[in-house]
Amino acid sequence: MEPILKVENLTRVFTRKGQPDFTAVDHIGFELYPGECLGLIGESGSGKTTVVNMITRLLDATEGSIVLDGEDITQMSGKELRRAYRKMQMVFQTPTDSFDPRCTLGDGIGESLRNLGMSRAETKQEVARLLTECGLTPEFADRYPHQVSGGQCQRASIARALAVKPKLLICDEATSSLDVTIQKEIIALLNELRWQRGAKLSILFICHDIALVQQFCNRVLVLYKGRIVEQGVPDEIIRNPKDAYTKRLIESVL
Amino acid sequence: MNEPTVRIQKIRKDTVKTRLIVFGALALLLLVCSIFSEHLTPYDPYLQDLTNVKAPPSAEHLFGTDRYGRDMLSRVIVGSRTSIYSTLLLVGIVTALGTMIGVFCGWHGKWIDTVLMRISDMFLAFPGLVFAMAVAGVLGGGLQNAIIALVAISWPKYARIARSQTLAQKETSYLKAARLSGSGTWKIIFKHILPNIIGPILVTSMLDIGTMMMELAGLSFLGLGAKPPTAEWGSMMSDTRSLLSTVPWVTLAPGFAIFVSVMIFNLLGDTIRDYADPKSRGR
Ligand SMILES: Nc1ncnc2c1ncn2[C@@H]1O[C@H](COP(=O)(O)OP(=O)(O)O)[C@@H](O)[C@H]1O
Ligand SMILES: [Mg+2]
Repeated sequence: MEPILKVENLTRVFTRKGQPDFTAVDHIGFELYPGECLGLIGESGSGKTTVVNMITRLLDATEGSIVLDGEDITQMSGKELRRAYRKMQMVFQTPTDSFDPRCTLGDGIGESLRNLGMSRAETKQEVARLLTECGLTPEFADRYPHQVSGGQCQRASIARALAVKPKLLICDEATSSLDVTIQKEIIALLNELRWQRGAKLSILFICHDIALVQQFCNRVLVLYKGRIVEQGVPDEIIRNPKDAYTKRLIESVL
Repeated sequence: MNEPTVRIQKIRKDTVKTRLIVFGALALLLLVCSIFSEHLTPYDPYLQDLTNVKAPPSAEHLFGTDRYGRDMLSRVIVGSRTSIYSTLLLVGIVTALGTMIGVFCGWHGKWIDTVLMRISDMFLAFPGLVFAMAVAGVLGGGLQNAIIALVAISWPKYARIARSQTLAQKETSYLKAARLSGSGTWKIIFKHILPNIIGPILVTSMLDIGTMMMELAGLSFLGLGAKPPTAEWGSMMSDTRSLLSTVPWVTLAPGFAIFVSVMIFNLLGDTIRDYADPKSRGR
């Protein structure tokens, strides 16, 4: 089977004036297959966000390549890149900040559809459908981000990500800023979407909570100081961690 | 929050609101005056009356008459049109141009950003008005050239503000989300960046109206701006300054008008800044 996402030798070096170069992500490589949910786990500052920012091309990679659905997107820009975004979408860490404070949730969810040339009326209908699918009511389309709770906003953000029917959904700590009960609801929603879509949706799930990854992911990568120190099936890694850092990570939860 | 702080905040909020209404109304009055200036003058501002020259202020002629017997009050009122309009035009052009350059630099980054920001550094390194005088001098005076000269010295400030605001916007998740939605550069700039950064920029331009009005009058006073017979406050003052010791009201009347308008626009700018500052709104 062809991987939906293939990352090779991905590296990012930050250069800052008056300070030595800092390698935030150091030659990492992995593959993500259709229908799979891959966890990326690591403590704060280990480079998780830097990895996804490079995959979504919001940040230039210093070295390495990113192949999305058989297409090398490492050097893409402009129109080409915008076409690639129809295959890949992202859910952000802080839901309220991920919507423009001056636009309604409906505007945000429908933006990609409008960019694809859908009419205003059609977009409105589709936004209502997406909101319903994500457990909200169509009325939420007219609300502003500060008028809804974090959990509701994250549902809207998932609706926005699903609008273009992406093959790859990236969740960068999508549940970290929410409290535990809401976290469970969002995970339940993501699970439901996964089962409905089967092989049509792959998820890259970034997280720093190993228990959550164990519940949700087929496979997990452990990132430490920008390197992948361990990978495998979550249950096995938890039972039998090989790397010292992974051991500490697991002990801190148990 | 404890009781007294809440009360202080409420009082401050109320005074800011009152100030906003008062200064807003005064500024509006000035604008209306300048729009209908031709209909508000008690006498024809260009009508000479050689039987009544250099008359001191009286009930008939509130600001007196000049050396041709023209009513000074009427001339000051008519002058408001040129002075206020060209100032607003100037502020509008500077704001739009500076913001556009700044947003473009911030968004695009790379070498264009470096080049334009070095250029703006160069402009900022010169003492503003001296540079404007040089530019206006080279261009040869006239109101239009005075405006061009002042635009040339004033845009860097706006470009700087817009650029730093744009850089901050670029880091927000919602802008990243907009990029992932497949929105192009122009859509992102006009739909997401500008609406979110225009507040502080407009506050700056409000605060600048007074300064710009004075600089424009200054250039006119030096003969680098509006030229007689166009009634403009700065050139009116310059025109009559030799009479300052004998017929002071002829020079003081337009000076007073500049003083009052600059004051009103400055106070309005300050108030809008306070109003836009969330802390003084007790949020
Ligand atoms: N733009 C940047 N410039 C310099 N250093 C950065 C930048 N972005 C991230 N970093 C550094 O890279 C490291 C990884 O950050 P990040 O990817 O955000 O970690 P995580 O998402 O795992 O918490 C951190 O040490 C951070 O300080
Ligand atoms: Mg992060």
